[in-house]
Amino acid sequence: MKFLPLIWAGLKRKKLRTALTLLSIFIAFMLFAFLGALKQALSGGVSMAGLDRLIVRHKVSLIQTLPESYKARIQGVAGVAAVCHQTWFGGIYQDPKNFFPNMPVEPAEFCAMFPEFVLSDAEKSAWLNTRTGAVVGRSTAKRFNWKVGDRIPLRSPIWLEPIGQSQWQFDIVGIFDGAKKGSDTSQLFFRYDYFEEARQREKGQVGWYTVRIADPDQAAKIATAIDREFANSPYETKTEPEGAFAQGFAQQIGDIGSIVMAVVGAVFFTILLVAGNTMVQSVRERTEELGVLKAIGFSNVLVLLLVLIESCCIAIIGGFGGLGIAWLIIASGNPIPSLLPVFILPTQSLVTGAGLAVALGLVAGALPAWQAMRLRISEALRRGA
Amino acid sequence: MSASSQPLVQIHNVTKNFKRGAEVVHVLSGLELAVDAAEFLALMGPSGSGKSTLLNLIGGLDRPTTGTVQIGDERVDQLSDRQLAAWRARHIGFVFQFYNLLPALNAERNVELPLLLTGLSKAERRRHVAAAFEAVGLTHRAKHFPRTLSGGEQQRVGIARAIVTDPTVLLCDEPTGDLDRKSGDEILALLQSLNKDHGKTIIMVTHDPHASARASRTVYLDKGQLSTTPTA
Repeated sequence: MKFLPLIWAGLKRKKLRTALTLLSIFIAFMLFAFLGALKQALSGGVSMAGLDRLIVRHKVSLIQTLPESYKARIQGVAGVAAVCHQTWFGGIYQDPKNFFPNMPVEPAEFCAMFPEFVLSDAEKSAWLNTRTGAVVGRSTAKRFNWKVGDRIPLRSPIWLEPIGQSQWQFDIVGIFDGAKKGSDTSQLFFRYDYFEEARQREKGQVGWYTVRIADPDQAAKIATAIDREFANSPYETKTEPEGAFAQGFAQQIGDIGSIVMAVVGAVFFTILLVAGNTMVQSVRERTEELGVLKAIGFSNVLVLLLVLIESCCIAIIGGFGGLGIAWLIIASGNPIPSLLPVFILPTQSLVTGAGLAVALGLVAGALPAWQAMRLRISEALRRGA
Repeated sequence: MSASSQPLVQIHNVTKNFKRGAEVVHVLSGLELAVDAAEFLALMGPSGSGKSTLLNLIGGLDRPTTGTVQIGDERVDQLSDRQLAAWRARHIGFVFQFYNLLPALNAERNVELPLLLTGLSKAERRRHVAAAFEAVGLTHRAKHFPRTLSGGEQQRVGIARAIVTDPTVLLCDEPTGDLDRKSGDEILALLQSLNKDHGKTIIMVTHDPHASARASRTVYLDKGQLSTTPTA
């Protein structure tokens, strides 16, 4: 603590240079945090996926539908514990930019399959008893200020509205929360029987099946058995773990992880050069001062530590500041809920960012600290004379 | 340090060579010097004669190529870098020609620097700093930054920094070299007072005969050898 004024004096020696370095580190760590949140948003489904769930879809693509009759046959495959289906509805609320996922499901089976969507018993009961009932996630309900009892009109570009109606109408009977932090609560689910009766084409067809298996270790075997069941049929299937399905979905716009790593890597390398250059310059300009410190008894190791701590201070103030401000902005709300159903800064990213800030300080300060430690006093004082 | 009647500083058969490329430069050769406790020694000689090198050897900033440097009971030439740093902190006070104050610290913080290496509490450090400022007559300027002080005032701060730990020896490298006559005289009077009134052992390098006249003894260094008379 008693050396803090000395370290502080080093930092404010060239205020503008220190401020610009701090700013560059601040921006870099803000970018890191936002990319972390973006990565989480786009791959969040992967981490939330159940290990004991498989997805069965059409072998050609996700937009091809499968017969509803497959449900019973999948149920019959050894190792399958439960099956439910979903179908992409693509409903639009007022304006296409108000996008959120919405699907018809069978309520009882759906609730059993996805316990991570938390509904009260009263809400579940209301859903089972209301043919046009729908449950919506908290984030979407909040986004449009919906509450239980509201009637929601949706227009689907895929499924024509029921005969005699200008739009699909759903009654909100429940608002679900996520059981875990980071759960996607942007979706709306409504009853399949209502959808099936009212739709005008492709009756008896569903989008995909979610399958719960009794033993996750048998996933590959069961997936093969399901696909074999429907081989050489007009609707061949592709069965994969839910995580792989979610990852494939996210990677439709590229390998987010690799993109994030490439951007962060480039930014950090640049910042490392900036911070390192600042410290090297700072030490070079203070050669004489460091010589004086050594002359009055500061040991080589103490001088090394002072330079390293100074470097770490710049990195930590800039880095933690950037992470903190990014965290505040991210926590204040999702800027584009139609594109990013989940927008949170994972704790892991914060911890990684904090670690990177310290590492940046140590790496950037290592060379100048070493130079300061090796500085010969008589030469340093002579240089200043 | 030793309380015996032996000289405080004993330099015996010291040589110091520097390598300049393939060439070896002999700066000091077979040098002998003894300085008593509470003595004020002026060290004179032409530029490049090795005055600062000798001062560096006495202050433990450098090691002799051969020979021994003993301050009190301590063989300074045998100490490791780490031991030397600790020894300097306890026993040596440096006063530089260009003051060498840290510009980002105010005068008080500059003077406090050597005390950071001690186990003193903040209150004790403040007390020592105040005493040092009083000794140099600059208490009213303690909160000022070096850039707002005159050359003479900066050198007083430099002297306060040098004496704040009550060192065994004060080493002054041309302390008036960057000052006008009036300020220089004030600094010399201060050093003389520290020597006479407080019993400080002072070794001062200077080019200025006017400055050396304040010392109790003057030695001359030329071509790596000491003498009591200036060389022609």
